[in-house]
Amino acid sequence: MDFHFTEAEQAFRAEVRAFLDEHLPENDPPTETEIERWNHALGEKGWLGFHWPKEHGGYGGTLIEQFILKEECSARRAPPLGSDFMGLTWVGPSIIMHGTKEQQGEFLPELLAGDSVWCTGYSEPDIGSDLAGLQCRAVRDGDEYVVNGSKIWTTLAHKAKYIFLMVRTESDASKSKYKGITCLLTPMDLPGIEVRPIPALTGVHSFNQVFFNDVRVPVESRLGEEGQGWMVVVRALANERSGISEATEKRRHLDDLIELAQTTERKGRPALEDPSVRRSLAGFQAKISAMRLNGMRYLTKQLRGEPAGTETSVNKLLRGQLEHDMWNLSNGLLGSHAQAEGRWQLGSLGYHGTVIGGGTPNIQRNIIGERILGLPKD
Amino acid sequence: MDFGFSEEQDLLRQQVRKFLDDNCPLERVREIAETPAGYAPEQWKQLGELGFLGLVLPEEYGGAGLGWVDLVVLLEETGRSLFPSPLVSTTLAGALLCEAGNDAQKKRWLPGLAEGSLIGTVAVLEESDCGSPEGIRLRGEPDGDGFVLRGEKHFVVDAGQAQLFVIAFRTGDGPDALSLGLVESTAPGVRVEETRPLDRTKRVGTLHLDGVRIGADALLGPAGGAAAALAAHMDRGAVAVTAEALGSIEGVLDLTVQFAKDRIQFGQPIGHFQGVKHPLAEIYVDVECLKSLCWYAAWALDDSPEEVPQAASEAKAFGAVAITRAGIDAIQLHGAVGYTEEYDVQLYLKRSKWSRPLYGDEDHHHDRLAELGGY
Repeated sequence: MDFHFTEAEQAFRAEVRAFLDEHLPENDPPTETEIERWNHALGEKGWLGFHWPKEHGGYGGTLIEQFILKEECSARRAPPLGSDFMGLTWVGPSIIMHGTKEQQGEFLPELLAGDSVWCTGYSEPDIGSDLAGLQCRAVRDGDEYVVNGSKIWTTLAHKAKYIFLMVRTESDASKSKYKGITCLLTPMDLPGIEVRPIPALTGVHSFNQVFFNDVRVPVESRLGEEGQGWMVVVRALANERSGISEATEKRRHLDDLIELAQTTERKGRPALEDPSVRRSLAGFQAKISAMRLNGMRYLTKQLRGEPAGTETSVNKLLRGQLEHDMWNLSNGLLGSHAQAEGRWQLGSLGYHGTVIGGGTPNIQRNIIGERILGLPKD
Repeated sequence: MDFGFSEEQDLLRQQVRKFLDDNCPLERVREIAETPAGYAPEQWKQLGELGFLGLVLPEEYGGAGLGWVDLVVLLEETGRSLFPSPLVSTTLAGALLCEAGNDAQKKRWLPGLAEGSLIGTVAVLEESDCGSPEGIRLRGEPDGDGFVLRGEKHFVVDAGQAQLFVIAFRTGDGPDALSLGLVESTAPGVRVEETRPLDRTKRVGTLHLDGVRIGADALLGPAGGAAAALAAHMDRGAVAVTAEALGSIEGVLDLTVQFAKDRIQFGQPIGHFQGVKHPLAEIYVDVECLKSLCWYAAWALDDSPEEVPQAASEAKAFGAVAITRAGIDAIQLHGAVGYTEEYDVQLYLKRSKWSRPLYGDEDHHHDRLAELGGY
């Protein structure tokens, strides 16, 4: 057991800090111009595609370097590393892993230059948590697939140039549902694709429903072989998985909450002097530390080359618990002010998206119960 | 950066687990718990021979010279099997003696603690049940080159088994005017009154001191200069109790998961139902978090002293809540049989009654975290 970083790792941390000193936007949240400048600086530094291999134009950052970069950026409230989170995090690496030379040449440079935005077509109206049951059909017709169906909760579909689309190419129910899924790298401007916005309960428009009506996708757009789509999905998530940014983000949230407790009152005194408030905050602190340390244990497993487990469900659940409890405390501190719109108030609506996205808490509990504890499957 | 155990530590875990599985399954735990001594002397002797009793004591005093990361491996396993023994108290007494004692004192006492011929414990709490300096009101009356103690120490772990007590007492009014004295159970004026504990696998008692003399050679460190050593002891105690609690939660989770797989209702194992599956998953989340917090606190004890207070408090606060919840949920998930004496699950509920308050419950440590964190 050793929590020290090597000299090279410390030097890298210093490099990240220097970069942040120079390029961190002044405004929080940053303006659009600042975001553009930030992304440009990241591109110059080679830190877009940070964990991509060098031969594909990435920085080739090690797992530990990814951990350090994310931790430092998160601690300084930096904007995301590039505006195409999905493209850089899983689309690019999947194309590197499974794509043809032509696909790599077509998509990767654009991704690294920040010239394209990708959306991800996984969830469907009737298919949420049981992702492998997806129904959006693709039928082969000569050199094309004809796609019919719909995707939902598609973040950024209204801005995306491409969709990382999962379709069903084998509908024989006697075969495993996992084997009939295929991945298509699909341009969003093909005839027959329609995007309808779904405003979130916060009023923000970030996700959409996407309709596919006889959309003809060339066979060359297929990533990997027919029926390999599920493997692509699973492997796509194999990058650094310590969840360090989430833990650092919750620590910042706690600092904000402490400040809120200093500036709101209970019985005429600052709420922070109320022992029950202080104890709640301290309880959050311990859980946030646990989240960070869990991440470091999982990172260690990854560094030691041990197989990826389902441990990330643990931090996902822990995070959900923290979101509920922390926003609940802030609403309590706000008292009647909780009725009006404001930063804290909107946050207490918006966190639900984070908790549900990527698998609801009950799904995480099923995963732990079945895959880790070995309880009978639902 | 490497947050995992070494091969040697994994081997240590296997070795301890095998010893406990072979020698002390739960039916044996129940037998030992009902004996007056509350532990099995032959097992205690074996543990000494295996080097487990002086794990963190230096080799020159008969210890194994290992660290707290190794010790939490041992304690997690004794906690998992609800092993009845004065291991926690003896280990903590040895560690405190090692930190605060002089060479002569260490030479005299540590080898016995390490080999198992001597059982030790630390007496801090009084009737107020307050573990911080203001809770220590027992005053040493000056007597020549030493002090005389008249009063009581409460909630003393393994008081009835111990032959050597490290006693915290006050030699002045300020918060730091604390001293530590060594007293043998056979000394004139010492009387132990055992409490009947809910958890029969753990013993606790009240120490009555009626004019007990502590000579200059029995003072650990200078008179009035023990506050720092005592604070460090409280942190070590929190980590040690948390390590055992972690193992106990793992033990009760295993037991309840097995029950959920075996028990059939409505034509299915009850573990099929989300009402059973989900609370078990929540206990697993607690186990994972507590592993991280407890192991990190142990590492801090070995390698990063300035981080100890926060790490120890985070671990103990989380552990106190987690073992309480695991004990309660495990009984409820068992249903009616969980309410019987026959089923083992009740033993873990009772263990939570011992673990939660010892070296500070969640309220105590949350208050301390707020103070340390400056909010």
